[in-house]
Amino acid sequence: MNLTDILTPFTAWAGVFKEPVTIKDPLNREAAPRYRGFHHNDVAVCIGCGSCEAICENQAIDLVPVEGIATKDGDSGLRPSIDYGRCCWCALCVDICTTDSLRLTNAYTWVDTDGDNFIFTPGVDAKPWDEKQEGWRKPQNGYEFYAKERQHMSELHAEHRIDSFIEFVKGYSKEQAQKEADRCVSCGICTATCPAHMGIPQYIKAIRNDDMEEGMRVLYETNPLPEICGRICTHKCEDVCSVGHSGDPLSIRWLKRYIADQIPSDTTKYKEILGTSNIDKNSKKVAIVGSGPSGLSAAHYLALLGYSVTIFESLPEAGGMMRYGIPEYRLPYDQIDKDINYILSLGVEIKYNVKVGKDITLEQLHNDFDAVFAGTGLHLGRSTRVPGSDNKHVYQSVDLLRDIVLGKEIPTEKRIVVIGGGNVAMDITRSMARLQMKKYGQVNIITTSLEDEETMPADREEVVEAREEGCTIIPGFGPQEIMIQDGKVTGLRVWKCLSIFDENRAFNPKFDQNDEQIFEGDMVIESIGQGMDLSYLSEETKSKIEFNNRGRVVTNADFQVQGLPWLFMGGDIIQGPDVIHGIANGHIVAQAIDKMLFEK
Amino acid sequence: MINKFLGFKPDEKLLPSQTVTTDTVIDLSSHKYQKIWLGPNHPGVTGNMSVELTVQGNTIMKAKTHVGYLHRGFEKLIERRLFVQGFPTSIRMCVAEPDTNEYLIARSTEELSGYADAVPEYANWLRMLSLEMARLQGLLRGVPGQGGTFALGIGVQWGVYLRDLILDRFEELTGARVYHMYIIPGGVRGNLPEGFKKRMEENLVEIDEFIIRIKKLMFHNSVFKTRAVGLGIITPDMVDKYGIVGTNARACGVKRDVRKDNPYLYYDKLDFDPPTATEGDVYARTWVRWQELIQTVDLIRQIMDKMPETGDIRAKMPNVLNWKIAKGETYVRLESGRGEYGMYYVTDGSDKPRRINLRGPSYNHAIALFEDMLVGADVADVHAIMVSVQSCPPEIER
Repeated sequence: MNLTDILTPFTAWAGVFKEPVTIKDPLNREAAPRYRGFHHNDVAVCIGCGSCEAICENQAIDLVPVEGIATKDGDSGLRPSIDYGRCCWCALCVDICTTDSLRLTNAYTWVDTDGDNFIFTPGVDAKPWDEKQEGWRKPQNGYEFYAKERQHMSELHAEHRIDSFIEFVKGYSKEQAQKEADRCVSCGICTATCPAHMGIPQYIKAIRNDDMEEGMRVLYETNPLPEICGRICTHKCEDVCSVGHSGDPLSIRWLKRYIADQIPSDTTKYKEILGTSNIDKNSKKVAIVGSGPSGLSAAHYLALLGYSVTIFESLPEAGGMMRYGIPEYRLPYDQIDKDINYILSLGVEIKYNVKVGKDITLEQLHNDFDAVFAGTGLHLGRSTRVPGSDNKHVYQSVDLLRDIVLGKEIPTEKRIVVIGGGNVAMDITRSMARLQMKKYGQVNIITTSLEDEETMPADREEVVEAREEGCTIIPGFGPQEIMIQDGKVTGLRVWKCLSIFDENRAFNPKFDQNDEQIFEGDMVIESIGQGMDLSYLSEETKSKIEFNNRGRVVTNADFQVQGLPWLFMGGDIIQGPDVIHGIANGHIVAQAIDKMLFEK
Repeated sequence: MINKFLGFKPDEKLLPSQTVTTDTVIDLSSHKYQKIWLGPNHPGVTGNMSVELTVQGNTIMKAKTHVGYLHRGFEKLIERRLFVQGFPTSIRMCVAEPDTNEYLIARSTEELSGYADAVPEYANWLRMLSLEMARLQGLLRGVPGQGGTFALGIGVQWGVYLRDLILDRFEELTGARVYHMYIIPGGVRGNLPEGFKKRMEENLVEIDEFIIRIKKLMFHNSVFKTRAVGLGIITPDMVDKYGIVGTNARACGVKRDVRKDNPYLYYDKLDFDPPTATEGDVYARTWVRWQELIQTVDLIRQIMDKMPETGDIRAKMPNVLNWKIAKGETYVRLESGRGEYGMYYVTDGSDKPRRINLRGPSYNHAIALFEDMLVGADVADVHAIMVSVQSCPPEIER
């Protein structure tokens, strides 16, 4: 110890002459731009998927209904409400937010006398910091809580698939399926949108757990045609998938196909997995007209409930439009059979080649059965009715597609023109392209639609794949005349389409007459929509029921025909062309019939 | 003359014997002893912990530590949360240096799930930066805090200010001042903001200046020297017996540092040598920490120089909501400001950890070692000894 040790500490007094470092007004100190302060939610962008609620480690977040926000497809109508008594401001909710609507501002002081105010719905309950732009947002630089890109589905290359009807989508491997299933945030927005309300997060979870039997059970709860839907469903679920808001939506359809593909085509095995080996039969009988998706779905669920079900099918095989409308390269026949065989194994009987209305009347069915369901589909083609459309070289796509399946001789010309921009138009285009390839070794087909490239109703992938296969697709033209020379078709004269609907949203296309083109072809196929054949309804029956302005039969929510309680109608003839709607209708009808007959 | 004045001791012949041996029987009914409780809430005690002291006069004959006032069951809470949800809870196990817990949780899950090598280089450098910043802010409170136990309050105030400068940088980098929640399984949660290095350098220059002032204030201070020298001695043979780690071990000549012995992150790419001393008393420990203060400032400069300009901040990992880790167990460790800090992590194939156990340095330092070091010490020195072992009750009890 020395004198220095006594004097040196006094150098600290030098601080007396320095400016104090204390912040004079701590309440108004601006926090850093990345500060994790109070929440703000852009409620217009938020879809209420609930990922924030799922990841919140303190269970501070609840999804609550909010006034002015309606539940709709792709939006649960709920918004996150946050309890600041529980929140720890970790911002995991922001980092997982699928729509990037949730963020934390850098505001951090909030004084209130009422404790209940600290449970609030950001973005709905106005707060002083709502306009603040600084604060925590989802980090960039490769920071992702789930993969944004979907697993690539391998397909046959165009040149290998164009000369045959072989299925070209190969399906997922186990690794791919598990990686794809891992991307799911289990929000259930898809379930709400799916017409059949399938348990999508549950079966995706089954894939993650590699439990295919559980996956099958989930699928069959709401959908008895998983192999079919796994291939050709219009996947409305994927359109609303919350993961799709900042990345690719999940391949829900392919994942469903993956589960169904893993189970061998063996009805005993199916029954074992699904627990349907022993069904208690009851004495009631139900007749179903048409073995399309709605008929098969209704038959399946009625059979499970113990009813004796008989399906009347006018064509030689079951499946309706799924077999006779969708080409084999998209939906192989053995996969249709796999689903149908299981339904038949439950005791469902199908009478083939029996056309109701011709071979047997609907009234006879009413006498012989306790209830009747008609899901007869849209099997009639619609004509453009332009000059020349009555020529015998002008065909309807539905007729040709059916003839291909029936094995009939298909008139295949060297140059073909297709009118239509929907999925059926793509189906006939690609089918005819394959037939041309087989016959002539080259594809020469032009498809034109009224709608332009962006608004074409066909699935994007269908258009892309058709082009890969060598088909020419020219959207945005309206047919004016099918040109005929010496009784033979020589081409299609079209005008550029300026608009399809008028101010009243009525179909009234406008054309630019100066922009005329001629698509040369030896045959023209019309594919602009389908109509229904209700000839099996007798005049007396028709007089008892109501039709709406689109010519469709009016039913109640259970698809029970108004005025004829024993008759149910569903599927395409009520809901428009779509497999999954048909399946959903069939399920509802089965429950409604059960309720009606049970209450009797 | 000064020595004589400051070193005043009463005539020991007038006092009863104060040497404690193994067969000393403390009989309270003899009225020679008195029991006093220090804590659990006491300004001199770091956190909520109480010490039951049996004293004779001013001399401690026996000490017993009592913990349990802060037990919140964090390990169990984490066992009931998804792997990604663990880190916001883990940080609360040690307020003084929360980043270490974040790193251990992240590192354990990465090792068990096979993503340890997938963490991007940039993210690892940022992890190292945040860990060193955490060490610096801990030392800025700890070194002057030692003076505070001898009523040298001015250093503490400087320390609080300097620590706030680092907290400003933390706020900018991580979005929070104290509970940073920055190191996440797979990487980190933010890149380096623009201009961060420049602002950090300005702060480091100011801290450099204060480090010298702290040296003048504390280590050239007759009061501090008189009280700290020879107080609470740890000898090298106690190191293994009590499991002493970190600066407490280094101050008695046992050079142990996980950053050197078992380098993690990129510590092998940095140029540093952990400071040591031989005396093992409170003064030596504080002196070692003061030197470490200089070294940490230097390490932060080295990290900022050597780290890449930009890059990915998180590895491509499974969806955090569905993340499952196969059955396994691991023990990961790092060198925190208080010494070796480890975590035992067990997974069972589910989406939540099966068992987590934290092995912090404070348990050994503040329970076993502290009890024995107090025997024979003066009541007025209890706080000094406690702070000198850098114990942290929240981390003892979790």
